[in-house]
Parts: sequence; structure tokens; C-alpha cells
Amino acid sequence: MSTTIIRGGTVVDPANHLNGCRDLVIQEGVVTAIADANGSHETSDAECIDATGCLVVPGLIDIHVHLREPGYEYKETVETGTRAAVAGGFTAVACMANTNPVNDSAAVTDYIRDKATAAGLARVFPIGAVSKGLQGEELAEIGEMHRAGIVAVSDDGMPIMNGGLMRRALEYTAMFGLPVIVHEEERTIAADGVMNEGSLSLRLGLKGVPAAAEEAMVARDIALLERTGGRLHIAHLSTAGSVQLVRAAKQRGLPVTAEVTPHHFTLTEAAVDGYNANAKMNPPLRTQHDVDAVRQGLADGTIDVIATDHAPHHRDEKDVEFDQAANGIVGLETALPLALRLVEETGIPLETIVAALTVNPARVLNLPHGTLSVGAPADVTVIDAQRRWTVEAARFRSKSRNTPFDGMQMQGQAILTMVGGRIVYRAAAGPNA
Amino acid sequence: MASERVVRVVMDAQAIDRALTRVAHEILERNKGTSALALIGIRSRGVHIAERLRAKIRAIEDTDVPTGIIDITLYRDDLSRSHQQPEVKGTQIGFAIDDKRVVLVDDVLFTGRTVRAALDALIDFGRPRNVQLVVLIDRGHRELPIRADYVGKNLPTAVNESVQVRLQESDGQDEVVIARTEED
Amino acid sequence: MPFTHRHLLGLEGLSRDELTFLLDTASSFKEISERDIKKVPTLRGKTVVSLFYEASTRTRASFEIAAKRMSADFVSLSSSTSSVTKGETLLDTARNLAAMRPDAIILRHSAAGAPHFLAARLECPIINAGDGAHEHPTQALLDALTIRERKRNMEGLTVAIVGDVLHSRVARSNIFALKTLGATVRLVGPPTLLPPELRAWGDTTSNLAEGVRDADVIMMLRIQLERQGKNFFPTVDEYSRYFCLTQRVVAHARPDVMILHPGPMNRGIEIASDVADGPYSVIMDQVTNGIAVRMAVLYLLANRPRMESETEQEAVETPAPAQPRRLRRRAG
Repeated sequence: MSTTIIRGGTVVDPANHLNGCRDLVIQEGVVTAIADANGSHETSDAECIDATGCLVVPGLIDIHVHLREPGYEYKETVETGTRAAVAGGFTAVACMANTNPVNDSAAVTDYIRDKATAAGLARVFPIGAVSKGLQGEELAEIGEMHRAGIVAVSDDGMPIMNGGLMRRALEYTAMFGLPVIVHEEERTIAADGVMNEGSLSLRLGLKGVPAAAEEAMVARDIALLERTGGRLHIAHLSTAGSVQLVRAAKQRGLPVTAEVTPHHFTLTEAAVDGYNANAKMNPPLRTQHDVDAVRQGLADGTIDVIATDHAPHHRDEKDVEFDQAANGIVGLETALPLALRLVEETGIPLETIVAALTVNPARVLNLPHGTLSVGAPADVTVIDAQRRWTVEAARFRSKSRNTPFDGMQMQGQAILTMVGGRIVYRAAAGPNA
Repeated sequence: MASERVVRVVMDAQAIDRALTRVAHEILERNKGTSALALIGIRSRGVHIAERLRAKIRAIEDTDVPTGIIDITLYRDDLSRSHQQPEVKGTQIGFAIDDKRVVLVDDVLFTGRTVRAALDALIDFGRPRNVQLVVLIDRGHRELPIRADYVGKNLPTAVNESVQVRLQESDGQDEVVIARTEED
Repeated sequence: MPFTHRHLLGLEGLSRDELTFLLDTASSFKEISERDIKKVPTLRGKTVVSLFYEASTRTRASFEIAAKRMSADFVSLSSSTSSVTKGETLLDTARNLAAMRPDAIILRHSAAGAPHFLAARLECPIINAGDGAHEHPTQALLDALTIRERKRNMEGLTVAIVGDVLHSRVARSNIFALKTLGATVRLVGPPTLLPPELRAWGDTTSNLAEGVRDADVIMMLRIQLERQGKNFFPTVDEYSRYFCLTQRVVAHARPDVMILHPGPMNRGIEIASDVADGPYSVIMDQVTNGIAVRMAVLYLLANRPRMESETEQEAVETPAPAQPRRLRRRAG
């Protein structure tokens, strides 16, 4: 039996309240032991990975990714997306249904899973559509998709404007234990907005999206949840008002969870100044007050998950006038250093941030991953938290380059990513992998 | 590093005044009086000199000669070569110049390019009977076939010297100096 | 103080000295349009291209006349006649034009930031003739020139801007310029068209009579039927009842009030005919000053020597610019 030992690192496993120097023993793709770092488990034929000075965490999980396949392969494919994922330290991603054709059937779900298997990199968990064709009118065949392996439903990309449909979706998914992941945007309030509505949008002459467009829908869906039960997960939370609504709902014991993207806890709308299309996304970047609120939300557990909303777009769709530019940025290859920076800047404990990237997203999707418990699948990420590097979009593994962080100095990088005991990514030596 | 030093004063206030008085008489003599006469000063010091000539002519002949201002900035031939556009102060000619004897007035005649630009500008305003040129100083080194009809003082200079006309109206005193650029 | 910017993208951020210099220069160009031969040779041999993605007669004609009075060659492209209808992107259209070496490109576009987009990618000077709801710098300059001619000193003047401020690039450029020059701005319109953030720039009110009370200048904005969505006001009739500038309303302003309008006017909707044609209206002066302003802008921008670095290669290879330095300052 082959044995791998990841030795000498600081193991941070929030699920098991572990944060200390340990050796990790892996056999047959499963964690078999977490031992004190004294080398007593070393056997002569074990492969040893030296993690001295590094963090050893459960493989990171990103539950909000757009892999663009089928239909938009010119932006990204399952293969290139999972390659970007493992380079960013992610061992598993959940991919949204707004492909072409939409993933509202077992056939498309199977297609995506087959592509992931063929790529052999990060695990891919497809998210099925709530409504047929993402039209927001009729429920998709959620049961069929569940049998094919979806882990959640979402119309992400689109909000579910029809409150009646949202209600039925919350009720119906309870049968399968699937969470409904919602993109909260009241379309008639957001209208043609392309950035946050406020004094900057006024100055730049751009149409704005007020915070109320998100909060109105968050409030509606929480109200529905009170009646229906089921599980609600709110994607890419961006405003202080939304954080407050979720906090109050959790205090009432409602089954709601929430996620935030690295760009929403790092950047403000000021990044748009100069009409920078790489700062254009939906929901838009907001004010410092909102950034502070989502950070506080992560600190106090109101926000459970960090997820990137990795949204690859071709250069021709971003290198245009601001109004015309597509919404979204890639995120898999920059999420980790931004999350680590949060620890440094805010004092939020490392365990909290690691949990938001591992056990918490796993729990939202009912996955057995996100922990280093004995018997768990050996999905492991080794992180050099001190390594300094510069973001070079031209060298991304993703097919797309749409990031506002190009040229930025980062600290912290995954140097080894392991899925089921198999190393799927290893950083080259040197400052820039 | 080069530094400029005043070398010598070639005309003081009195010399300037005598020269202009003489020029005013010459203009009247040549044109046989003031009929159809017009003075046009080239910005900016030519304007002050034109006004002085106007005053002198009024004192001699008791007649006010129509006087205008021409800004030749827009007619210069060297605009595309500079990285900053020179300020445009504007032309003001409040009378028709058709069939007039226009006397252009400038402070220094050097390469002749300023006068060429002024002639171009003038043609856009109408068709004068003739154009004559008054300069306070003619320092030589013409690059174009231009000559002055009335000269306050002929001043042979070297090309690396600079001639500065200072006038009460713009500089607080009347004098003409030559300065040489010297290398340290 | 000379104007050293390569482009004229907007008036925001220009200093009082720069604005004053622009106005002074424009002022000195006025007399050219009063001559018999309305031409100076200053831009002889220069090529000025206008690229208009939005319909316009007056602004385009004004730029064309200005360019021709400067002896420039003027080429006019509009979205209906150009390859835009064939699906060509703004960037491709502009690159093709740039390869023909124009000395200035005048751009009007419905997307805010479109001139900035080109300015970041082309070497050629870009003049903004209106970008979405963002700015219309030459309009505000001619407005300021018109005001200055009558009022001499802008400092302390009260200017009431009335109408669809939310969508108006004329309003924005004017607000930036007037405030820099020391005037006080008042914004008047229905609440749907006056976002709360405007209060940082000036008092806001939905009461027209109060808004123009004791004003030195009233600037009327067009109701832009083509640019707004729905429900900013129920009907044009109702808007007019509350916000049309009539003689009775004008009586609340100072007796020597000036009334401006960027044109084209919707007579009877935002401005009554007798007011538009009345003694306070300076709308015709605005048009005259527009030519002088545009001549001055062309003089200052189109007369540049070619930079040594300027090559077609650079324009083609420029990638989509990210903004790393700004983010390093802001992030965290």
C-alpha cells in the first residue's frame, strides 16, 4: 500500500479544531492518520512531502464557479477551469448552470461530470438550474438532475424574479436535501445599472445599481424561507444591508447561509474610476462601508463561505466601452492570497478564513470533503503563506485574463494541491510559479 | 550652463523718442499727409509703438489716424514644431482696410517671418492700397525678402546676440539693449 | 498658464487657471467669425475626424465650421453611414481611423467613458463631444464664455440648472466648470431626476419658482426623450406644468438674468416660446460662442508635433489596461 506523508507543516483543520504542527499520513487516497510531527510514522517506502514552514489545509472548495462548458468554450472549459482551480489551491469546485445549453437536465450534468473526470484535476460538482432554460418560469427537472449528481440548484446569472416560483423551489428541493443558491438582484430596480449607485456613478455618468436591488430580494427570500423551510444559500453578498438581513435571519434560526467573493471583501467601487471594465461585475463593487460590513460578516459567522464567482470572459468582451463590457472577473488563481491578506489586515482568525474555504462550503453542499478527519478523502492543499509573487494575468491557467489584480503584489500561494491522494498541482520552485 | 548678461544699452528713452518723432515725420512726408493712412501694430510691443506714432501724428497734423492691433500667432509658420501652443490674444481692427495705406508697426525686424505672417493676416482682412513697414530696430539677418520702409535705428548684431526693446507701457521704462549669451 | 493636456475628455479636474485660459483663448478667436474672410491658416494641412455615434446636427456642424475656419481638413463619420452598422467595434473603427493619421478625433458616443477608452489606446488627441451622461466639455465652455461675456466675473454668481440633471452631460460639465470658476449651482427638477448625491454639488429643489429665485443665470436642459427609461415623470404634459420656464417663473429671478439652453429646444415643454425668443435669452450667443470655443480647442490640441514614440504598432499591441497601481493604494 502506497503511503504519502506530508511532513512538518502547520495543519489547520477547522472541522476538527486543529491548528498545529502535524504530519499528515495518506494511504489509498484517504487520510489515515494525523500524527505529531516527530517522524515516527515514517516508513522507508513512503513518499515524503516536506511542508516545513507551510500551512497544510483541507483542499479548498469553491462553490461558485463558471466553467463555461458546454457552449462557451472560448472563454473557459472544464479542463482549463479545473487547471486554474488546482493552481489556486482548490481541490473541488461547484459549477453554475448558465451554460449553453443550460444545465437543466441530467444529460448536461452527465456531460460536465464526464469532462471533469477526463481532465482528472479538481473535483467538479455541477449545480443544476432551478428553472427550465433559466427562464424563471417553470421548475427544471430537479429530481432527474439530482440522480445525475447535482449538489444544489441555482439560476445564477439570473435572479428568480418570480416570487411564486422561488417559493415552490424552496419547497420542492427539500425533498432532495438540495440548497437553493440565489443570485439576488431585483432586475427592475437594478435596471441598466453597470456599477454601484452613488456619488461615483453620478460623477462618471454611469447608470447605477442601488444596494436596495440586492436587499429587496434578500428580504423577500428570507421571508419565504420562514414559510417554506428548505435551504437557502445567498450567493455573492455585497451590501451592508444584506449582511444585516442575513444576521437577523440566522438569529431567528432560519436555514440560510451566505457567501462573499474575494473582490467584494477587497475592492470598492473606486476600482471602477477611469472606466476600468475589469472592475465591472454583478453585483457591483460597493462602498467601503459595505466592504467593512462583509468583513465583519465573515468574522462573526454571518457569512459562511468565501466563493470566487469565477467568471471568465474573452478579451473582446471586456476590452470595450464600459457599458458594453461583460460582467465578472476570474478568481480561482487570486482567491487564496486575498483571503490570507484578510487575516493579516483584519485580525479575523486564520481558522475562520480556512473554514470559509473548506468545511463550510462542504456543508452547504452536503459534501464529505473540507476536512482532514481520519477516513476523509485526501484532498489537501499545502500553502506557502510567506511566498511573495506578482499576478501575471498573461500566465493564468484559465483561458481568460479578466482580472483587476494584474500586476499586483500578492503574498501566499498554494504550492501543492492533492485530490484523493494524487498530486494534481505542484508549484515550480522560485518566486513566480 | 549659459547665462545672459546685459552688454549695452543702445538707445535710451530720449533716443527712442527722437527716432519715433523722425519716423512720424517721414511717414507723413512719404504719404503726403494722413489721407487713407492707417496704423496697425503687431502684438505686443508694436502696438505701443503704433499708439505713440498715432499720438505724434495727431500732434503734427491734428488728425487721428485709425489704429488697429494684429496678433500673428495663428499665422506663424512654426506652430507645429512647438509642444505648447502660444497664447492667442486676438486681432482688433475696427475699420475696413480696403484701399488704405496700411503702416505695419513692429519693435524689431530680424528674420522677417513675423512680418510675413502679418502680411498674410492682413490680406484676410481686405485689400489695402499698399502696406508699409515701421520698425524701431532693424538688426539684420533676414531669412525672407522683407525690408522696412521706416527704421528707428539700424543695429548690426551677431546672431547669438539678442535685442530687447523695453517700453514704458509694458516694461516700465524706455530703452533698447543688446545682450549676448555667454558660456561659462 | 498654457493648456498642456493631450486630450479634452472633460472639465472635471481642470483648474481655474486652465479653464480661464481656455475661455480667454476662445474669446480671442471670436473676431475671426466676424471677418469677411473667416479663415486663418493655423491648422492648414491638419486632418480632423469627427466620429459621431449619436445623432447630432448642431454640435457636428459647429465643429466642422470651427475646423474649416482654422483651415483644417474635416472628415465626418456617423454611425449610420459607417461600418458601425456592420458590427465593427468602437476600438476597431478608431484604430482604422488612427492609421490614417488624423490630428484630432472628435468623438460623440452614448457610452460614458468612450473617449477615455480611445484616449488610453490611441496616440491621437481625442476631443469629447459628449459621452453618454458623463460630460460635454465644449458645451460647458461655450456656456461659461457666454455667461462671462455678460457678467464679467463668475465668482459668486448663482446659476440654476433645470431639468433632467440625472441623464445630462451638459449639466455635469457645467457643474464642474461653474463650481471651479467660483459660481454657486442650484439644481432643479423632479426628485426622480435629482439623485441625493447631487447635494454635494449644490442645493436641490423640485420647486421651480424657488429654484430660480434671485438667480443670475438659468440654464435649461432638454428633456431627453431618447435617453431615459420610463417613470421618471408620468407625462410630458405634467412635467411641463411643473418645470416649464415661463415668463411668470422668470420673474422670480434677478432682473438681469441670463437664460441659456444647449439646444435643440423642446418649445413649450421645458421652455416657453416667448421666453426662448425673449430679451433674457442668450441662446444665439451660445451658438456663436460654440464656434469660437471649438476653434480654440482645435488650436490647442490638433497642432501637436508627432511624438517620436507614435507608431501604428503601439496602437495595435496595447492590451486591455488593468489598474494595478490604483488598487494597491485602495485594496484593504
